[in-house]
Amino acid sequence: MDLKEKLVSSFMAFEDGLDLDHPVHEERSNAIKNFETKGFPTKKDEAWKYTSLKGLQKIDFSIFPKQETTLEYKDVKKYFLHDIDTYKIVFVDGVYSSYLSETTHDGVDVCLMSSAFSKPMFQQVIEVYFNKAASKDESLTSLNTAFSKEGAYIYIPKNKMPKKPIQILHLATGNEAALMLQPRNLIVAEDNAEVQIIERHQSLTGNEVFTNSVTEIFAGKDAIVDYYKVQNDAPTASLVDNTYISQKDKSVVRVHTFSLGGKLIRNNLNFYQNGERIDSTLKGITILGDKQHVDHHTLVHHAQPNCESHQDYKGIFGDSSTGVFNGKIIVDKIAQKTDAFQQNNNILLSDRSTINSKPQLEIFADDVKCSHGCTIGQLDEEALFYLRSRGIPKKEAKALMMYAFANNVLESVRIPELKARINKIIAEKLGVRMGFDL
Amino acid sequence: MLEIKNLHASVEDKEILKGINLKVNAGEVHAIMGPNGSGKSTLAEVIAGQEEFEVGEGNILLEGEDLEELSPEERAHKGVFLSFQYPVEIPGVSVTNFMKTAINESRKAQGLEDMPASEMLKKIREKSEMLEIDRKFLSRSLNEGFSGGEKKRNEIFQMAMMEPKLAILDETDSGLDIDALRIVANGVNKLRSKDNAIIVITHYQRLLEYIIPDFVHVLYNGKIVKSGTKELALELEEKGYDWLKEEAAV
Repeated sequence: MDLKEKLVSSFMAFEDGLDLDHPVHEERSNAIKNFETKGFPTKKDEAWKYTSLKGLQKIDFSIFPKQETTLEYKDVKKYFLHDIDTYKIVFVDGVYSSYLSETTHDGVDVCLMSSAFSKPMFQQVIEVYFNKAASKDESLTSLNTAFSKEGAYIYIPKNKMPKKPIQILHLATGNEAALMLQPRNLIVAEDNAEVQIIERHQSLTGNEVFTNSVTEIFAGKDAIVDYYKVQNDAPTASLVDNTYISQKDKSVVRVHTFSLGGKLIRNNLNFYQNGERIDSTLKGITILGDKQHVDHHTLVHHAQPNCESHQDYKGIFGDSSTGVFNGKIIVDKIAQKTDAFQQNNNILLSDRSTINSKPQLEIFADDVKCSHGCTIGQLDEEALFYLRSRGIPKKEAKALMMYAFANNVLESVRIPELKARINKIIAEKLGVRMGFDL
Repeated sequence: MLEIKNLHASVEDKEILKGINLKVNAGEVHAIMGPNGSGKSTLAEVIAGQEEFEVGEGNILLEGEDLEELSPEERAHKGVFLSFQYPVEIPGVSVTNFMKTAINESRKAQGLEDMPASEMLKKIREKSEMLEIDRKFLSRSLNEGFSGGEKKRNEIFQMAMMEPKLAILDETDSGLDIDALRIVANGVNKLRSKDNAIIVITHYQRLLEYIIPDFVHVLYNGKIVKSGTKELALELEEKGYDWLKEEAAV
């Protein structure tokens, strides 16, 4: 049985444990129908031209984790940003781990989707927001919607801000030979609310993991949301991250994506600007080696006047790694005075590595500022010579240059400890110890 | 200190240096002048180990040791320093951190421990004051957004920090206004000692009014066509290079 059949036929078993009268259930039923009709995307789909899910579909993934596994905090501590105090929502093999988590209902709700789906006090928020930003057309998003049951639920009421940043951590223990996970996150920041979130997927063994995640983020008027995606997973872990962001007037949403490890990563990052004077920021650092593959598909839909968007993606590709950047910007006819900026710079370190970079601009308004740029190159030899002439060995000099290349993406990271951590991961990936803390 | 014997160097089969002979003793300052395209910067980069150039015949000896097989970083560890004509920008790495890395890498190569932080700070303070460099400047990203003059001053700051045996200043005067030129030249003069040597590459005599050379060489078409004392620089200023070109053609 292939993966699609397996998923479709499992849906009934999945339904068994759920409240079929819940308003969300209709969404699930419609979603599985859409997935059944469309199936997994193939290379024939323009949006999936460079990323193949064929290999993954041959693997016999367990769809529901069979058993609960307890992990000791000390064994997974390193995957947390542990040098600052944070709220934590932790899942082990897709199951919530209360032992590793720290949730709250103190003025803000930092808890679970399973609670939000089942408890009456959350029903109104679910009705207003759940599946309202996510695509009903895209098959993998539908697949996630169909099986949506667990994930992070974060609700920040008007004028509120949680006391500390929130970490969402998805751990896979390898108890199953191959495991498919479908976390579903809902983040709502009401008017003038503010929140900082870090999300990370981490497999702890060499067993196959395939995560198809959907996150919906709603930013009310004047709200500020910072979302950091740390993708530094094991070489047998694959991730399709579908994120949908809906913004209202004057809100600011910044998403940073650090793609530093994993087998296959596909990021579908979609911003919808539903108001004026909105600021959307999309930044990414990708550093790959071996046969790793990362595909960034971004969409910024400017639907109202006077909004901005800033995209800055840097990629460094070694060995036989492959990268894709596809940045789509749509400016509706009424979205005058839009200021949309997009940049994608890449360094290829080996003859076998490749990057496909494509800007896609669809502009229907006439008074807009849209700029895009893309570069693909090697490390600058003259610069390398400069550093080496100061006594810095070739390897360290290269690392310093790559760091300098990716650096401005880190400038907008607002949690200093996270910035330090990312720097450390980058230095480790580049195999150097810098003479200073980056 | 430095002995160059019959040095030939080419890039993409084009020969640029066509048999350079030069001897620089410890304690001396040599100026190398010459028209554009004569090979001055190539000579500087070849000494520093730029791998872009193919070194054919000839040798470069530093304190008797042939540099041919050494990488740029190894040459730096042995005390070679090149002040670049066009210093490179490194965003995200401060001047201070860059210097710490460079100095500690050189120390590591010599089997020494990292320089203690307090000593490093003291040295940075001392050398930046000598070159009248604002402290704020030191925490800025290396060369990023620096003016031409700031870049050059920063090069000499690095020279002061690294205390090389052999320093080559490649057109350090270009892009400097007269005040900056004086400060930079002052700094270089303070770094002169009986144990090190300096090669100043320049188009103009102007810098040599402040850094007074012991010897002046004229490089033309990949060869040193004339050598003399500081008076030669004055003569060149007055008469230009044409008479030398004619002389060389004969």
